[in-house]
Amino acid sequence: MAINVGTAELNIVVDDQRVRVAAGTTVAAALFNLGIAAFRRSVSGEPRGPVCGMGVCFECRVMIDSRPHQRACLIAVTDGMNIRTASQA
Amino acid sequence: MTAHHDAVVVGAGIVGAACAAALARAGMSVLVLDASFAGSGTTAAGMGHLVVMDDSPAQLALTAYSARLWTALAPELPRDVEHEACGTLWVAEDDEQLSAVGAKQRVYAECGVATEILLPAQLAEAEPHLRPGLAGALLVPGDAVIYPPNGARALLQRAAADGAELREGVRVDAIGARQVIVGNERISCDCVINAAGARVPELTPGIPIVPRKGHLVITDRYPGFCRHQLVELGYLTSAHTMTTESVAFNVQPRATGQMLIGSSRELVGWDASINRSIVRRMLDRALDFMPGLALTSAIRTWTGFRPTTPDKLPLIGPWEETPGLWIAAGHEGLGITTSVGTGQLLADLITGREPAIDPVPFAPSRVLDGVGAH
Repeated sequence: MAINVGTAELNIVVDDQRVRVAAGTTVAAALFNLGIAAFRRSVSGEPRGPVCGMGVCFECRVMIDSRPHQRACLIAVTDGMNIRTASQA
Repeated sequence: MTAHHDAVVVGAGIVGAACAAALARAGMSVLVLDASFAGSGTTAAGMGHLVVMDDSPAQLALTAYSARLWTALAPELPRDVEHEACGTLWVAEDDEQLSAVGAKQRVYAECGVATEILLPAQLAEAEPHLRPGLAGALLVPGDAVIYPPNGARALLQRAAADGAELREGVRVDAIGARQVIVGNERISCDCVINAAGARVPELTPGIPIVPRKGHLVITDRYPGFCRHQLVELGYLTSAHTMTTESVAFNVQPRATGQMLIGSSRELVGWDASINRSIVRRMLDRALDFMPGLALTSAIRTWTGFRPTTPDKLPLIGPWEETPGLWIAAGHEGLGITTSVGTGQLLADLITGREPAIDPVPFAPSRVLDGVGAH
């Protein structure tokens, strides 16, 4: 499957803000490109973000379309996707 | 030669810890020994549900007494004990189960435990993730939850404040008359308390305690998904009946937003491996009551062993076969709740004070003549 990185764009919502991101990227890459580092909070409230980038460490979890604890590094962005990170918290 | 102690407690699970705290508070010099580390055995596999249970009058007396002691203790507990007064919802699946709730409510009222009957609409409001069509529930608002290993630690800290000493990583080889043998060391004392849980018979042969395995599953964090400790009314049947295998719906909210999911019971000796088929049955039972759990992630599954007696009541009192030996064990699935009542009852018996509840149903001697071995 050919992935056209950097050509097509999608509309998504990140922390209530409408943004345009490159199609064919993972949620994690899209969030990094938006300058977001705090994907979630640990039990003690510390900011956490991707470590392994391949679905093993579970550090990159965000809420996607109301489903909590989705691994941002494993999921491709889709048009209209609604993502909630811990960057505002 | 080690210094003489008034009491040596064998086992620093939550029951041994509570005994140590009560004995030290009564002014005794106390030494606590644990083969591993405090709270690492059955205590670490307990849900930490502080619950009043009415399986028998004696069980009701001990759990209600213990619940009062926990409530008094709660403001003094360190934060890491995670004491949460979430209450228990005993969930009725059908009208037959709900019709029995009135009698249960009267039994609780007689020992001063407030309850409230919830009809289906109230139940749905209290716990939106329970499936529609349930008949109702009995709410026991005074019940609570704790994190058991830290509960044991907190009780040991109280004991230490009253002068008790804890030695971890010390395996007791034998218990004799007013003494404990550890390797070449002979520790003399006025009384020994065998609080080694399901390991009690290894040091005191003749005590009929067997390990009854259970599984626990913990989810990721879903704050607000459930708000009360949820237990199906059929749980008592699962816990009381000594079948080889049973499961019941039992879900608990943790302070972190995680949920603990239980419960299973098996008689398979000391095999600690995960039994996938019973975990499957346990989770199916949970999903039957809370279908939304299917969308949550379970992050860990582990097992533990309840110390189980033939009549489902703990053994608390003297073991007259060995001079100076006392037993505080056999609490099955209620040891976190009943630890504090056990410790106080034992301390009262040892120091000759009038106990707050009748100690007779818990007398270890009952197992010698087969009483209660049903």
